[in-house]
Amino acid sequence: MALNFKMLKEDEHLKKLAENFSTNLKKSGASESSVLISNSISESVNIRNKKLDGSTRSDSLNVVLTAYVGKKKSSISSSNLDESHINELIKKCVETTKITPEDELNSLPDSELYFKGVKNLDLYDETFIENSKKIDFIKEAEEEAFKKKEIVNTNGSGFSQNKSNFILANSNGFIDGYKSSNFSAYCEVVAKSNGSMERDYEFSSKRFFKDLLEPKKIGDKASELAIKKLKPRKIKSKKMRVVFDKRIAKNFLSSFASAITSGTIAKGTTFLKNKLNAQIFNNKINIIDKPNIIKGSGSRYFDIEGTYTNKLNLVENGVLKNYLVDTYNGKKINMKSNGRASGTTNLYFGNGDEDYKNLINSDKEILYINETFGRGANIITGDYSVGASGFMVENGEFIYPVSEITIAGDLNDIFNKMVLGNDLQFNYSTNSPTMLVDELTVGGK
Amino acid sequence: MLNWSLILKNFSIKFNIVSNFLKNKNLNYDKAKSLINNTLVDCDDGELYLEDTKSESILIDDNKIKSSSFKRDTGYGLRGVTEDKVAYSHSNDISEKSLEMSCENIKSTLKNSNGKYNHSINKTNQKFYDELDPIENKSLKTKIELLKEINQYARSKDGCVKQVTANFLGEHKNIEILRPGGELFTDIRPLVRINVSILVEKNGRKETGMYGVGGRQSYDNYLKNDDWKKICDEAFRMAYANLESKPSPAGEMKVVLGPGWPAILIHEAVGHGLEGDFNRKKTSVFHDLVGKKVASDGVTIIDDGTIDKRRGSLNIDDEGTPTEKTVLIENGILKNFMQDRMNARLMKTKSTGNGRRESYKHVIMPRMRNTIMLNGNNTQEEMIKSVDRGIFAVSFGGGQVDITSGKFVFNCTEAYEIVNGKIGSPLKGATLIGDGPSSLKEVLMVGNDMKLDPGIGTCGKAGQGVPVGVGQPSMLIDNMTVGGTQL
Repeated sequence: MALNFKMLKEDEHLKKLAENFSTNLKKSGASESSVLISNSISESVNIRNKKLDGSTRSDSLNVVLTAYVGKKKSSISSSNLDESHINELIKKCVETTKITPEDELNSLPDSELYFKGVKNLDLYDETFIENSKKIDFIKEAEEEAFKKKEIVNTNGSGFSQNKSNFILANSNGFIDGYKSSNFSAYCEVVAKSNGSMERDYEFSSKRFFKDLLEPKKIGDKASELAIKKLKPRKIKSKKMRVVFDKRIAKNFLSSFASAITSGTIAKGTTFLKNKLNAQIFNNKINIIDKPNIIKGSGSRYFDIEGTYTNKLNLVENGVLKNYLVDTYNGKKINMKSNGRASGTTNLYFGNGDEDYKNLINSDKEILYINETFGRGANIITGDYSVGASGFMVENGEFIYPVSEITIAGDLNDIFNKMVLGNDLQFNYSTNSPTMLVDELTVGGK
Repeated sequence: MLNWSLILKNFSIKFNIVSNFLKNKNLNYDKAKSLINNTLVDCDDGELYLEDTKSESILIDDNKIKSSSFKRDTGYGLRGVTEDKVAYSHSNDISEKSLEMSCENIKSTLKNSNGKYNHSINKTNQKFYDELDPIENKSLKTKIELLKEINQYARSKDGCVKQVTANFLGEHKNIEILRPGGELFTDIRPLVRINVSILVEKNGRKETGMYGVGGRQSYDNYLKNDDWKKICDEAFRMAYANLESKPSPAGEMKVVLGPGWPAILIHEAVGHGLEGDFNRKKTSVFHDLVGKKVASDGVTIIDDGTIDKRRGSLNIDDEGTPTEKTVLIENGILKNFMQDRMNARLMKTKSTGNGRRESYKHVIMPRMRNTIMLNGNNTQEEMIKSVDRGIFAVSFGGGQVDITSGKFVFNCTEAYEIVNGKIGSPLKGATLIGDGPSSLKEVLMVGNDMKLDPGIGTCGKAGQGVPVGVGQPSMLIDNMTVGGTQL
């Protein structure tokens, strides 16, 4: 095998391997099969207190073989692609399949749903950033953060470059794949003042290097956030109006997405079962999953099964319009796959009407949350309870930081009451504008 | 059937022989040795870590055996350490060419390195688990049959059981650590886990219960004598109790923790904060508290890698250091941090055998093993009797901690209210939040009923998951914030 270590393996090379493995699976007695070969190379550097802390380089090549024998199915994955080893695994995979019980829903996806389009989303940036340049980039972020006197330490900051390529082939004739890249930088600093120590971070992640947030902005934001948290107070338990910062508000989308996945719908392990075409949010709420955003962090052409991934309006004016469907679970609920076997793509709340300033400006006391931890939502019951920290806001002004509190409520109620700002930005693969919920139970003193 | 076990036997013959990693045509032992000698000669520490892991997952879900899957992951990680810098390069291609590339990569990060390689590392013959292969020693067919039986049994417990998910997870990890000069350390680590989760529905309400067992021995040790029925019974009991649960209160109150698994409080509240890296970097709230009082009298906490067949036990850590029983807090006084070799060197102490990694794809960090609070003198009954208004927490879904501020949370999956010294209604999943350094000072009573968890814990840190254990007796905490909806 010709290997060029600096570079990803090319499509043609991976395709050839995939075709060989498919042929062997058939020879060994598989009636149908699929082969997924993925290759990724990532390099990252970490610094701490403006000095190099370490570097990591990872190079991986992995294959997942899935064999069907009639309605029986099983899979094997391996990181050793030596021919003799793989041939052994293929035999074993087919043998294992034969003793696995039948499941009449097992099948490859419908051929008419396969992706056949043009790949024009700009998901791969050739740019190769040398380690020294990575170090310079992230050092600049920390240097900026350390300009503020309260910043005494860092938890570490880093830069990483990931490139990957994959090929998916199945016995129905599908064979395709594509390269993608991701550059990310984070800076996490520690602020200290009179015995109080707090940390916070800023993070940027993009398909293309040149789209990353400037290092100075990353460092500046991280330090500003950490300093603002110093000397937090604990507040009394009470019901309060809560405003969620964008980086927290997006978590409600993730809970929503797991609650409408065809697997959980089919099993009934979700509080949103039987809610298709029902009003589950107030009528100002729209949720979209859009796979075809140019350079989008969550963009993709097809899912892990090869099924074309189209744009979905999941919620329109508060009404649930679609589930996230894969082939197997789709059959259980009589729906066709909509290319969501790999989950959501670029998932977001459509903008609301309110300016950010209006959201936090009220004669009522507002608790502004910009960090939560703990599991959060229980998608079976809809209960929501998390540990949190943030700020007290009065008349649009941040008064003092708050920590060691909990917020709790019920997702049905939160969905019904949420008010969204008009400040949506596409920073991650899941994005939300600022969100207000009136009211939630705050647990404190 | 025959084929399955036959092929597996071939694997074990081929791969269980020590250093067979470096006998293949693409890379031999002498070549690897000379490459790492040259690369690490000017470093303070480092090694070539080789790993071959087999793992399986067999699942029954929604009455169907979901495709069984088997995974084989082989690769190496080369690490060079100089002062406080770590250069790491890994690949699943165990070949001379690939290792040369890694050596170059390490050298380029650690250029101008002028270290003195530290050869000192103790050898050990300690063995806390057998060199068995749990995947091989129970046939796939038997595992499938048993999963079907578990599914039937769990569904027959009550008409309100609507869903049952059960799975077997097995792993056989074979590692070798090669250090400059030819020092070689090896370990073979079996690991299994069996989980059952049950969804019940009654009067439109749905609740779940989950229970599991596991450790470093064969599946049969947990399944014999119909022991698997107890796993189902426990999952069902928890789910059923939750059907009657009422909204949890919000605010500060007394909390009684049950024995065993609730010790994830110890893991989150103080465990992570006592890991060497955070303290060397002075980002942990505990970094300047050694020798100081950090917990109530009577609170003693250890991290023990040497308990027979436990999930968090290891013969040697992933740097080759023999594991030990490390005293972290003794009678309320902070004694030691958990160390890997690098953080120990930089803090001028010795490794406690806590250097761990998820796999060859991951760098070494100080990680917990089995973290345990030792017995005190009180009974659980006394604790509950002493509480006017509070909660009794029996099981948790998981926890999280912010090392720097010391704040930690965890989610109750089974909890009850305590009213006037008596256990009352079950409470809906609440979050508990506390402050690490102060919470253990609020311990009012330590029980005499120490229990280890059933063997299901995985700890996540910086994106790496490693199997761990926890244990504790019942415990009464004076004041914690409970995050419910009822004021």
